Amino acid sequence: MSGRQGERVAAAAGDAPDRIGATFAGLRAAGRAGFVPFIMAGDPDLETTLALLRAADAAGADLIELGVPFSDPMADGPVLQRSAERALAGGTALPGILEVVARFRAASDVPVILFGYANPFVQYDPERLARDARASGVDGLLCIDMPPEEADDLQPALDAAGIAMIFLLAPTSDATRRARVLARARGFVYYVSITGVTGAAAPDLDEVGTMLRTVRQETTLPVGVGFGIRTPVQAAATARVGDAVVVGSAVMQLVEEHRGTHLVAPVADFLGRMAAAVHGARDSHGPV
Amino acid sequence: MPRLPDARGHFGAYGGRYVSETLMPALAELERAYHRLRRDARFRRELRALLREYAGRPTLLYHAERLSRTLGGARIYLKREDLCHTGAHKINNTLGQILLARRMGKSRIIAETGAGQHGVATATVAAFFGLRCEVFMGSEDVERQALNVVRMRLLGATVHSVESGSRTLKDAMNEAMRDWITNVRDTFYIIGSVAGPHPYPEMVRDFQSVIGVETRAQARRAIGRLPDYLIACVGGGSNAIGLFHPFLRDRRVRMIGVEAAGHGLESGAHGASLTAGTVGIFQGSKSYVLQTETGQIRVAHSISAGLDYPGVGPEHSYLRDSGRVTYEAVGDDEALAALHTLAECEGIIAALESAHAIAAAIRLAPTLPRRMVMVVNLSGRGDKDMGTVAAHMARRDAAGGRAADGGGS
Repeated sequence: MSGRQGERVAAAAGDAPDRIGATFAGLRAAGRAGFVPFIMAGDPDLETTLALLRAADAAGADLIELGVPFSDPMADGPVLQRSAERALAGGTALPGILEVVARFRAASDVPVILFGYANPFVQYDPERLARDARASGVDGLLCIDMPPEEADDLQPALDAAGIAMIFLLAPTSDATRRARVLARARGFVYYVSITGVTGAAAPDLDEVGTMLRTVRQETTLPVGVGFGIRTPVQAAATARVGDAVVVGSAVMQLVEEHRGTHLVAPVADFLGRMAAAVHGARDSHGPV
Repeated sequence: MPRLPDARGHFGAYGGRYVSETLMPALAELERAYHRLRRDARFRRELRALLREYAGRPTLLYHAERLSRTLGGARIYLKREDLCHTGAHKINNTLGQILLARRMGKSRIIAETGAGQHGVATATVAAFFGLRCEVFMGSEDVERQALNVVRMRLLGATVHSVESGSRTLKDAMNEAMRDWITNVRDTFYIIGSVAGPHPYPEMVRDFQSVIGVETRAQARRAIGRLPDYLIACVGGGSNAIGLFHPFLRDRRVRMIGVEAAGHGLESGAHGASLTAGTVGIFQGSKSYVLQTETGQIRVAHSISAGLDYPGVGPEHSYLRDSGRVTYEAVGDDEALAALHTLAECEGIIAALESAHAIAAAIRLAPTLPRRMVMVVNLSGRGDKDMGTVAAHMARRDAAGGRAADGGGS
């Protein structure tokens, strides 16, 4: 049961709320998948990020991945590379990002997962990061270039603070690797649906489905699916196999296209359509 | 001294495997294949034969007598890696890795390159074995190393000009990693330095150690003992580790790694991660790196494209902390001056990277007695840098001309 894993994390953190566990329990009870938009913090500025977080909440996001920009994003395609470059050009860094989470948290219970690369997290100092992130209302952290083998750099501090360290599984992960990843995984597992960088080709959902059936026999944690999902049709199809659907590059591409104008409205509109596609996916059997 | 790296690819606190999950199985596969093959007698024979018959090894250990006499003090020997096929030490590693790629059944080769030497060395061995080869190179380097781009194309490689980030070596490596993440099943990534995730720092070191192994034997023949000093330039650090590693247990052999001070350490425009950087996680391993307080990687600068890199191989970080190797930095101007000095004294035109090591020897030799012997790794030849050198000579002549005009009026 996903609830058990949630309880373990919550127990480690004393009385910190387990918003990730509660969210997936609620989704399971409702019989639907969760919608997880990715928003790069600071693109084009942190005030817009706050507006986008609120718009995502209003649009029906179940969790939110908040990107922490890094200068050398080795696992990202061009859309998120440019997004990170814009965010860094504006001086975006963790203190300001955590402040935005705190302001968002004041009026929302949607779980927030920080999503980024190891170096900015580690330079902030793991203990301090865990403490400050928890205080700001961060629920989880995904460090793309920190596999379980290196996770002692961050995970003990995060566990102690009750922040779930989310790990990735990929199409290339064999049984040995899956066991190693799942032993460390907290909150949910993020399945990378393509062998590629963020925002690349559309996933083969038959392959994703096959892998997810295997993974479900190996863990009780919920499984989110992401990388390469751009349209409501793809999102709905993914929602039929995964517990949550992550959409990132498509969101930040809209931010890029509308920069310099009032960009929140078109992004909110897209998020609403994607959320509806994900939430309605299991009601019908054909494409939405 | 412990055998390093450990089973998880760590050199003390450094190294490791900081990559996305997609690459983890490929790195494990590579590690298994490499550890099996390095003990395989046929593989070793094959590599030895190629190094001898194709790359031109052993390279000379050359006594630079005129340079030594001109400077006074210690006797300087040059390990002539510039005489390797393709003009630098890089081919020692690409031959090893492409043999491994063939044994692993990979049909496509990718590589990153800064100065273009590793790209040329990779394109060369790919041509030799008839494998498809694609090289990623920052667009700034494509411009300043145009000659090497032509060489790679002539050898049948596709050169991708990388427009992201600072458009230099680190961005080329990011882009090669992204390609590898996408094509991991049929592609072998030949990394050119002792950087990146485990097992690359170990594997590239082992392939480059032929430099130090030969130097030991040659020094014994030439001077009847081991040298007192080893000096090599450090960008990612592969030629330095190749020279140093076989001597690490010889406590009396002192070693100096020379980084790029660029416009000067205080200017911030340099490539001296060990001398002026801090510990971070960058491009797959933990090591010293040039970074901001918030953990963003800073853009490096050096007149030499091969030293223009904000990271460094993790074993160098370990050797720095342990004090076994001393690291210092040499700036653009001093490296250029060393290039001129060596050319004039010995008739040898060094690569700008190697000129940094020569500059450190020029500093040190006059302070030492004549009985002392130093070996400087002349890691590559300077043909590729003639555009850069010509531009500097033109500027110097123009400045000299203006000064003369001013004096005359």
